[in-house]
Amino acid sequence: MIQHDIVIIGGGPAGLAAAAAAKKGGADDILILERDGVLGGILNQCIHNGFGLHTFKEELTGPEYASRFIKIVKELGIPYQLNSMVIDINKEKEITVVSRENGLQVIKAKSIILAMGCRERPRGALNIPGYRPAGIYTAGTAQRLVNIEGHMVGKEVVILGSGDIGLIMARRMTLEGAKVKVVAELMPYSGGLKRNIVQCLDDFGIPLKLSHTVVNIEGKGRVTGITLAEVGPDRKPIPGTEEHYSCDTLLLSCGLIPENELTRNMGVSMNPVTSGPMVNDRLETDTEGVFACGNVLHVHDLVDYVSEEAALAGQNAAKYILYGASKTSGNGADAPRCSADAGICTGGSNGGTESSSAGACVAIRAENGVRYTVPQSLDPAAMAEKITVRFRVADVYKDRSICVYYDGKLISKKKKRVLAPGEMEQVVILKSSLAEYPDLKEITIRTEEES
Amino acid sequence: MENAKSDVLIIGGGVIGCSIARELSKYQCRTILLEKDEDVCSGTSKANSAIVHAGYDAKTGSLKAKLNVQGNLMMEPLAKELDFDFKRNASMVLCFDKEDMPALQALYERGVANGVPGLKIISGEEARQMEPNLSDEVVSALYAPTGGIVCPFGLTIALAENAFENGVEFFFNTKVLEIVKNENGYLVKTNRGDFETTYIVNAAGVYADEFHNMVSEKKIHITPRRGDYCLLDKEAGNHVSATIFQLPGKYGKGILVTPTVHGNLLVGPTAIDQEDKDGTATTAEGLAEACEKATKSVKNVPFRQVITSFAGLRAHEDNNEFVLGEPEDAEGFFDAAGIESPGLSCAPAMGLYLAEMVAEKGKFEKKADFKATRKGIVKAAELSREERAALIKEKPEYGTIICRCENISEGEIVDAITRPLGARSLDGIKRRVRQGMGRCQAGFCTPRTMEILSRETGIPMEQICKNSNGSEMIRG
Ligand SMILES: Cc1cc2nc3c(=O)[nH]c(=O)nc-3n(C[C@H](O)[C@H](O)[C@H](O)COP(=O)(O)OP(=O)(O)OC[C@H]3O[C@@H](n4cnc5c(N)ncnc54)[C@H](O)[C@@H]3O)c2cc1C
Ligand SMILES: Cc1cc2nc3c(=O)[nH]c(=O)nc-3n(C[C@H](O)[C@H](O)[C@H](O)COP(=O)(O)OP(=O)(O)OC[C@H]3O[C@@H](n4cnc5c(N)ncnc54)[C@H](O)[C@@H]3O)c2cc1C
Repeated sequence: MIQHDIVIIGGGPAGLAAAAAAKKGGADDILILERDGVLGGILNQCIHNGFGLHTFKEELTGPEYASRFIKIVKELGIPYQLNSMVIDINKEKEITVVSRENGLQVIKAKSIILAMGCRERPRGALNIPGYRPAGIYTAGTAQRLVNIEGHMVGKEVVILGSGDIGLIMARRMTLEGAKVKVVAELMPYSGGLKRNIVQCLDDFGIPLKLSHTVVNIEGKGRVTGITLAEVGPDRKPIPGTEEHYSCDTLLLSCGLIPENELTRNMGVSMNPVTSGPMVNDRLETDTEGVFACGNVLHVHDLVDYVSEEAALAGQNAAKYILYGASKTSGNGADAPRCSADAGICTGGSNGGTESSSAGACVAIRAENGVRYTVPQSLDPAAMAEKITVRFRVADVYKDRSICVYYDGKLISKKKKRVLAPGEMEQVVILKSSLAEYPDLKEITIRTEEES
Repeated sequence: MENAKSDVLIIGGGVIGCSIARELSKYQCRTILLEKDEDVCSGTSKANSAIVHAGYDAKTGSLKAKLNVQGNLMMEPLAKELDFDFKRNASMVLCFDKEDMPALQALYERGVANGVPGLKIISGEEARQMEPNLSDEVVSALYAPTGGIVCPFGLTIALAENAFENGVEFFFNTKVLEIVKNENGYLVKTNRGDFETTYIVNAAGVYADEFHNMVSEKKIHITPRRGDYCLLDKEAGNHVSATIFQLPGKYGKGILVTPTVHGNLLVGPTAIDQEDKDGTATTAEGLAEACEKATKSVKNVPFRQVITSFAGLRAHEDNNEFVLGEPEDAEGFFDAAGIESPGLSCAPAMGLYLAEMVAEKGKFEKKADFKATRKGIVKAAELSREERAALIKEKPEYGTIICRCENISEGEIVDAITRPLGARSLDGIKRRVRQGMGRCQAGFCTPRTMEILSRETGIPMEQICKNSNGSEMIRG
């Protein structure tokens, strides 16, 4: 059987940044497996500007951003295998890969970094009634057809969902000569970035209808029209508010789903809110030596954070290879694990009782408007000097604070004028701040209204 | 059109038309099949519950009952012969009210009289032991071990391919417009020219009444009765293992919950009469009704995992019977009309029944060189690792995965296109290899499948269709 120290599944921005960091962290035997014919992941089809403002302090296109990381990976001499689809990973970290060139291979890894990205929510999942004609695309599929294959998907377009990809595609289709009639969003707020609404809709006079959804699709061969209706607070269509739009194309931008079939099949505990694996502060799942980063862990809107997060996963995978599991957690006990129910830690593989792992693992809990956190636990003894906890809020909030509690004691409070589900938030936790709390069980992150 | 003169002309490439075609291909006669769409299995045969019914539903002594029980028996050997997916997963009819027990008992007795093997009435407890997710309200159930599930596309396509290999000629995108009786038989006018034939088999699904009424004074009338469904992800596929029916009761005709032969979970169908014979649009009410009624049978159906919804049209004939054979006043014209449920289950037996009838009329002799078997498309993902590795070594295109959800390789897609009667549309590929049928519903693989289809067939990208003409994927 082929063996490698670290195998990275997915060669998108997450996989690339993880690979580079692992190499710099001292790991030598790394392999990236990518099912596509090129590295770079979804960025290859994002030919618009707006990537890398945080990382490189300049505005790059998706392919430009990706090429910077591809260059680093190549310079570091990290091997990668393209057109190679991972179809199975088991508990023993044996990876089954299928490719044209190498046929069916089984690769045994000491450590695995999951970086498979995400996919778009299809029409069926939205259960829109009506016909099933041609001309219904997810925004990302249309983006691929238009930007990479050079085929226009349609001329008169309605977009359901105001996720970033939908917004970007509204502009793209308009620039390509199509008429984008309306963008409808089920929620009372957009799931996309503010700047995308301004630059992609407002600048082109494309209306955004919040609290609206598609209630019927017409057309037996190709889409001929759709019906929009307003929805109430229960998100159910309000009778009498129906409006008809003729169109030949319906694009869906209704959310992204982390691509975790492999993760689930290998028995890793999942977080039902993120649809990604549960991880600790090292971005390690509850299967020792298996790390996750990027959109497979939770959906990101900015690639810069993906790269940052992935670098952390890469560094920790390298540490795992160099020092083994026990050394990465402070007191020599087995690495603490996150269990299936959100944020609860248990001991290591030896069944770690309360006493043996006391203090080794602190749960991070999301509460009161905070939908989830990544990571969901941390290990105060072994953690880095500071860790970034990323999260999203559940609704649009005005004038709220983000509060951090250690076992019920308020530690920090940061005022925010606006919080929105479309923008990822973060708090930083310093290792030094934990010193005074040797028996800490739980860190809680919540929003609170201004008093 | 090379003004074809056939012995038998079949209208309609659904499961019934294809089954008759295959049976007729055992005889020395020239058989032609005309289908208005671009592929077989484009009508009702593609959108139904896919249940191979045990045979207790139909009235004892009726042709429906006889063909159902016989069709059920034939399905298993046929699945082996023609290499399509079929599974005997058993079925249950649930009774929720002690008051309805006599009706359940009557169903049991009818089944026994129809010759259905192995029927049993079991208690609610026993039913829940077999199916832990059944509702607590179930008081009793009729258990039918011979109930099965089939891939309706697989069945129809397998029949068609085998018929084709044995000499039946298929004309697609060929819509029958008019039928005129002449001295030698019939003249069949289509959008692609005229066809002369001695005999006609009318297997046009919901449209069969129109053709019947062109040649016979004994008019029939078919009402499209729509059924809406929700299909759930494979993760939900184990929610039940048998097909779960509801005993029709005071809440109306029930709906079913069943695994599909590919491991998804199917919930439906509703029953709504309508005029439009192409009206396969689902409605919000229909989908909601299906889901709501399903929860009466089965607990905790994970509706969040719906991956698609669809509707099928039952060809409901006013008299509620299959209309089979020659009308008195139209010699040489054979109906297979009003074939609503259990038409799929009956298909093998009905094909045999009608083909024998036509062959007898035409005094056709059996062929000596009929080839009874057909090999399906290799499912690379289901091979053992060694077999799969060997296959990729021999044919590298099996190493390129195109559909990530269903794990379908380029090799399988190419086979679907290039084999006899190969796919010409995205839906045609999907029905042959399940590309795009998984949870992402073709979001990922559509562009690549379009390219392969274009490359293999020479159809330009701008003309690649989802199904029939007018469903172009690209509009530049
Ligand atoms: C359509 C779209 C538009 C976006 N627009 C912007 C934007 O304008 N600005 C911005 O900052 N961010 C944007 N983002 C976000 C940013 O691009 C993503 O957050 C980032 O690409 C995620 O990186 P990733 O590596 O986690 O995932 P991906 O880029 O999706 O990479 C995952 C990789 O894993 C591979 N893979 C998956 N499964 C397997 C397997 N089984 N075997 C082998 N390989 C596999 C995939 O082929 C892919 O290459 C956008 C995202 C999307 C989806
Ligand atoms: C909701 C629902 C659930 C069902 N569930 C089951 C079940 O679980 N088990 C079961 O056994 N049966 C079931 N059935 C019944 C079964 O699906 C049908 O009996 C069967 O598919 C009918 O096949 P067919 O070939 O007669 O019709 P179709 O499949 O409709 O075929 C007719 C063909 O004729 C073609 N055609 C029509 N007009 C023309 C023309 N002018 N020129 C050329 N071609 C033409 C059409 O394009 C079509 O391809 C169900 C049906 C429905 C609607």
